[in-house]
Amino acid sequence: MSQPDLHHNFTPGPERLKAMLERMLLIRRTEEQLGADSRSGELPGNVHLCAGQEAIAVAVCDHLSDDDYVGSTHRGHGHFLAKGGSAKSLIAEVHGKSSGACGGLGGSMHVTDLSKGMIGANGIVGGGIGLAAGAALSAQVAGQGQVAVAFFGDGASSQGILSEVMNIAVLWKLPLLLVCEYNGYSEFSASATVNAGEIADRARAFGMPTEVIDGNDLEAVWAVAAVAIDRARKGEGPSFIEAKTYRLRGHLEAEDGFLQAPYRSEDEIDQWRTRDPIPRLAQRLVELSALTATDIEALEANVAAEVKDALQFAHESEPPGMERVLSSVFVDQRP
Amino acid sequence: MVKMRLTQAINAAYFEEMERNERIVLFGEDVEVSMFGDTRGLHAKFGSKRVRNTPISESAMTGMAVGAAMAGTPTICHLMFSNFALTGFDGIANQAAKLRLMTGGQARLPVTFVAAIGAGTSTGAQHSDTPYPMFMNLGGINIAVPATPADAKGLMKSALRGFNPTIFLLPRVRGATAGEVSEDPDFLVPYGKASVLQEGTDITIVAIGSCVNHAVRAAKALKEDGVSVELIDPRTLVPLDTDTIVASVRKTGRLVVADEARDRCSAASHIAAVVGDEAFSSLRAPIKRVTAPNIPMPYAPALERALLPDPEKIVAAAMLTMAG
Ligand SMILES: Cc1ncc(C[n+]2csc(CCOP(=O)(O)OP(=O)(O)O)c2C)c(N)n1
Ligand SMILES: [Mg+2]
Repeated sequence: MSQPDLHHNFTPGPERLKAMLERMLLIRRTEEQLGADSRSGELPGNVHLCAGQEAIAVAVCDHLSDDDYVGSTHRGHGHFLAKGGSAKSLIAEVHGKSSGACGGLGGSMHVTDLSKGMIGANGIVGGGIGLAAGAALSAQVAGQGQVAVAFFGDGASSQGILSEVMNIAVLWKLPLLLVCEYNGYSEFSASATVNAGEIADRARAFGMPTEVIDGNDLEAVWAVAAVAIDRARKGEGPSFIEAKTYRLRGHLEAEDGFLQAPYRSEDEIDQWRTRDPIPRLAQRLVELSALTATDIEALEANVAAEVKDALQFAHESEPPGMERVLSSVFVDQRP
Repeated sequence: MVKMRLTQAINAAYFEEMERNERIVLFGEDVEVSMFGDTRGLHAKFGSKRVRNTPISESAMTGMAVGAAMAGTPTICHLMFSNFALTGFDGIANQAAKLRLMTGGQARLPVTFVAAIGAGTSTGAQHSDTPYPMFMNLGGINIAVPATPADAKGLMKSALRGFNPTIFLLPRVRGATAGEVSEDPDFLVPYGKASVLQEGTDITIVAIGSCVNHAVRAAKALKEDGVSVELIDPRTLVPLDTDTIVASVRKTGRLVVADEARDRCSAASHIAAVVGDEAFSSLRAPIKRVTAPNIPMPYAPALERALLPDPEKIVAAAMLTMAG
């Protein structure tokens, strides 16, 4: 079966690229703060950081408005910020404060901002895929040209729900983009030991347009997502992107506490550091003469100020009270 | 006797039984790394034929575990957090719990599902459940909820020597607690036999899983107030040793049940119902349940603490019962 190609020479232009660089920086610095807070014992729970993977979330979400939907994973801070969520509400949530995105009731694995179309990080691997497909169904029924994106990992690709959703999405021509963030690991298992064949081939088997791309190349992600999302908006059905990337941090920040031996080499991590999407995009903008060293400093300063404010906001906020819990179980009904 | 933690005791049980019966296999996500520590070292010892990391595919894992067991291979299926038993629920609920009856007693199902339960470390609502009430309602699967390292070892060894499907739930927060454990290779703890941790005359406290530790502390505090507590840990919820519980209540006339599950259709409410039926005339006060409220667990630590059973709540319930 011939499948439409997702490649076009669309480019975002330097101003948009700069904005995306700033978004990636915001994700990176916000997560560095949360990582430090986790290691110092200041956070109530665990965090899974996405450092190194930011380009995928940012480039895909650049094509979305607040009316479009994103379903995410346990590693969802980047998706949350890329979809327009604020660093304040993210940091406050992960610190368990009432001013957080979910009032401190959800935590890191559940950061959600429905006002921005971010339908949630998810503690159940594969859970977000079903939710995003459902949001795509809702969008199709509403008929306003909205789309939904599901981000999920290479490990999640072996959950049955992905195959089930791919089948339904193709049959029903759902306005859905499936984005596999292939970072090479499923917790502590190398992807090749838990995923047979190529993940993208699974999508191809259902007859959907599928591309495998360098997920650390923001422009490449942006270009492919532009076509896929345009197709979805026009009612042409789902697409699949497998974006190769790498997480530069651990599976979770606390992992050194229980690991008996390393599961990946320092060499490998160093290799991928050289392919970090953030300096890569900065370099590209410098080459395009669209960015100077002073501009980069200014971006860094903006982001640092935003993270600092957000952290202070979290520190000054109150933890949630029981009333918030009791009013958050049902609508207009006590538990 | 040797002192070890609960997860180490389970580890020792796997080692001993897998050595004893070389047909036993174990699989699960990242069981080689072993986040909780209970499967540590098994792969090095028994190799990839018998110990396997699986993909994240719980529906396949539980179904395959049941099929392997039916085909004669005793199988340990490690599900990590009990919430992931829910993505693999078909294998447990529709298959394991039903197949022996549906096959007219033909099938033997030596399958043991292992999963961690409980809240208390701000893991959020999808990693904090205590779902044994759901399993209690399935009809055909045994449930172990050990609270001490010795019981953990003995109950695991019994499950691995038996031919009935079992879900073995380890209280996650108590996994680090140490206790004395027998080194006898045939040390087994039977299913359906409660452990009486302390005899007493004024009130019976039945405590399950993470609540056992709380109840021990509550009993100490109550003793200082002159209340003599009989403390019972059922250890297995299916089968449930109602005889021991009912006999105790006939003696004391009072019952508090402490259970970390949500109150609605909890183990506590089931035990209360059975005692209401069988020891009604001995009761000198209404039965009290110390459970979690009927809501998902919030993330913020103060809320989590406020919602979970603790020694103070058990003491308060006991005092109310004593006043009744
Ligand atoms: C249903 C379910 N099974 C298992 C887990 C435990 N778990 C959390 S993250 C993870 C690995 C996920 O790997 P992948 O999908 O590649 O995402 P990554 O962590 O690499 O971003 C596992 C097994 C879970 N949260 N939910
Ligand atoms: Mg991965």
